[in-house]
Amino acid sequence: MAVSIFHRITGDGLAIAGVLLFLWWLCAIAAGPEAYAAFVACVWHDPDAGTFHQVTNILGKIVLVGLTWAFFQHLFSGLRHLVLDTGAGYELKINRLWSILVFVGAILSTAAVWLYIAKEALHG
Amino acid sequence: MGNGTRLGRVRGLGSSHHGTGHWLQQRLTALGNLLLVTWFLVSLLRLPLADHGAVARWASNPTVALGLILLIISVFWHFRLGLQVMIEDYVHGEATRLLALVILNFYAIGGAAFGIFAIVRIALAPAALGPGGM
Repeated sequence: MAVSIFHRITGDGLAIAGVLLFLWWLCAIAAGPEAYAAFVACVWHDPDAGTFHQVTNILGKIVLVGLTWAFFQHLFSGLRHLVLDTGAGYELKINRLWSILVFVGAILSTAAVWLYIAKEALHG
Repeated sequence: MGNGTRLGRVRGLGSSHHGTGHWLQQRLTALGNLLLVTWFLVSLLRLPLADHGAVARWASNPTVALGLILLIISVFWHFRLGLQVMIEDYVHGEATRLLALVILNFYAIGGAAFGIFAIVRIALAPAALGPGGM
């Protein structure tokens, strides 16, 4: 039950928040260096940050971490659906095990990606 | 709807008025997304994302631009199908449902066109700057 509803929620979130952010990013690249710098200053980091950008930078990171988690959650539960489509994995214990693994896998993958980003930010 | 074989008589008469095409396309685009979005995220992690020049050079590489366009087609088709199911499940009333589906289609097709245009614009930017460019 929970995996299924999370599949829909994360799919929804990716389709709306993820897609709009992606289109905004593409548009900013196409519009040139100044527009792109404004995009980065709004979403990620502003060297001379005012209060507004300090808030949007924090919100931007929350949204990006959320999207990373939503991606992995949707990916893993999507893979689970592909396995279930073959008619396998409906036994109660196995089904329960894979459902739990989907949640654990999504959280661990999200943590791994953001630890990598944090490491890169500190050393590079 | 045919009137010949038994299959022909029932084809298209399911609860959503079409058969397994929707279901199959959802899975095929899921596989497309698996490959393309994984490639895209790995690329993002390896790119200096704050550097416009580096990102634009990456995106204007023909192979990358093609991959990004394929990604848009696969992802947008996939979420159009997924959100359609969600609307069919949760939005009740013929008129509201129809309106929601129209909005979904405008969003998916409009968004895909916008994204593909942006990629073409990035990939052809050097040509656009030259004499007689866009």
